[in-house]
Amino acid sequence: MIRVENLVRKFGGITAVDGINFDVEDRTIFGFLGPNGAGKTTTINILCTLLAPTSGKAFINGHDCHTESSEVRKDIGIVFQDNSLDKDLTARENLVFHAHLYGVEKAQRMARVEDALKFVDLYGRADDLVKTFSGGMKRRLEVARGLIHRPKVLFLDEPTLGLDPQSRANLWEFITDLPRRHEVTIFMTTHYMEESEVCGMIAIIDKGRIIASGSPQQLKNTVGGDVVYLKTSDNRKAMEEIRGLFHVEPAEKDGEIFITAQKGDDFVPEVIRRLSERVLAVRMQKPTLNDVFLKLTGKEIRDETVAAGDDIKQMVRAYRRRSDRG
Amino acid sequence: MIEANAVYVIVAREYKRFVRERTRLVSAIARPLVWLFLVGGGMSRLVPVKGGLSYMQFIFPGILGMTILFSAIFSSISIIWDKEFGFMKEILVAPISRFSVVVGKAMSGMLLSTIQAAVILAFFPLLGLDVGFFQIIGCLAVCLVLAFAIAAFGIVLASFYESYESFSVIMNFIVMPMFFLSGAMYPVKLMPSILQFFTRLNPLTYGIDALKHLIFPLEKGAMSADFTLAADISVMAVAALVFVLLGGKAFERKG
Repeated sequence: MIRVENLVRKFGGITAVDGINFDVEDRTIFGFLGPNGAGKTTTINILCTLLAPTSGKAFINGHDCHTESSEVRKDIGIVFQDNSLDKDLTARENLVFHAHLYGVEKAQRMARVEDALKFVDLYGRADDLVKTFSGGMKRRLEVARGLIHRPKVLFLDEPTLGLDPQSRANLWEFITDLPRRHEVTIFMTTHYMEESEVCGMIAIIDKGRIIASGSPQQLKNTVGGDVVYLKTSDNRKAMEEIRGLFHVEPAEKDGEIFITAQKGDDFVPEVIRRLSERVLAVRMQKPTLNDVFLKLTGKEIRDETVAAGDDIKQMVRAYRRRSDRG
Repeated sequence: MIEANAVYVIVAREYKRFVRERTRLVSAIARPLVWLFLVGGGMSRLVPVKGGLSYMQFIFPGILGMTILFSAIFSSISIIWDKEFGFMKEILVAPISRFSVVVGKAMSGMLLSTIQAAVILAFFPLLGLDVGFFQIIGCLAVCLVLAFAIAAFGIVLASFYESYESFSVIMNFIVMPMFFLSGAMYPVKLMPSILQFFTRLNPLTYGIDALKHLIFPLEKGAMSADFTLAADISVMAVAALVFVLLGGKAFERKG
């Protein structure tokens, strides 16, 4: 349904997307993961025909996103990272506007709008102005809007950003159900690793390159077991010792040593017994997608300094402004 | 069909927003009335009347032009708000041509501005002017053409700016000079030649001139219209076409 081949996008001297490839099958949920500024939004903008690639190709439902943009636009629905509803219109008016823009037949227009409102549980608020809605309600309304014209692919760019945990959980439940209920393929980005467990396939992008892809389970298997975190009286010495004793490569982060072990349950008592440094604290984690990221990049997806990501965003924005004027 | 639908729905959206924003409505009507009665009323005592028009009557077409200038530019500049608050993306990813978006926006500006100008036009009896039915129809037709041209010009402007901080720049360096260099407050023929030069480049000048033709067709002296009605209409039509094409071009760009 989606095919991306050697896609590159440069903004001036910055390469936001650096030769990526992937395929997404029909009616699956595809997760595109990475820290802020990794190139997720740039990729989405190219797929959505908002941005031309510097080189490489992207196809949706067999249509080239750059040269056949109007065919592609008919086939896609998008929920942007930043809210794109008109807050001075009602929920119903926003949906009707969308139905007109996408040429939904007059006979079906009202029925589809009603259905969509019921589907996202906003029927009772249909005639209220969107500016009175909570963050979660706005998101649901945007998803409903994205489905009005029956797209083949629905893009969700950081759909849960800024939502409270309750709304996030509700939204996920709802999204997971979409491929079955609406026969739609979902392409989503998030930087909450744990949220991408619902995906059939995941690709992890960092600094514009795809550094891993596979099902969530496949990715977790690459971590190679459980992760054990240790706090000791002298981490540096302890790490030396662990290297010698267990022939594994420990790493340190935030005053904790972490080691991946095939069988964490056995490894923990062993390490405490044999280590000459005093162990102050110990915890163990079954592998999560966060660990996958940690292993691949040496840092956690979320503490990738937000400032660095924002810097790139700023630079890209400044570049676009300059080139817009030129 | 989808394009016509898109133009319709873009206009419908602007109209809904317009009628909901009471304060915008009130201020849009209040500004020209303040100029007409406070500035015009005050100046009328300074400018001697030699049998013909009073100064307040003379600036009436200019005040109609001002109403259109401000509301049409404001309507188009809302594109910058739409960009800033994300709604523009919803429009830009829709399977419609950029040209339809521009036409829809320009038509919104045209209709909303003309509605406001019509309200101001209704004040003519208070000024002691005698405007007949066909003159009124003529004025409204001129307002539509002028407002379309100005709104299209506003879209071209808006395409250069990304954030609403630029709003005051546009107001102070483009809109106000356009107003003063339009023959609205003083006859073009009495201006120094350097100002006449700029005034002749301003599409608003021709809209106001056409309104002068229609509102006081019999005036002969310094306060009469400066160009022929045919020239006024042609210039406005060409300006409308040029700006809407430029606007379409400006929107066509991909980052």
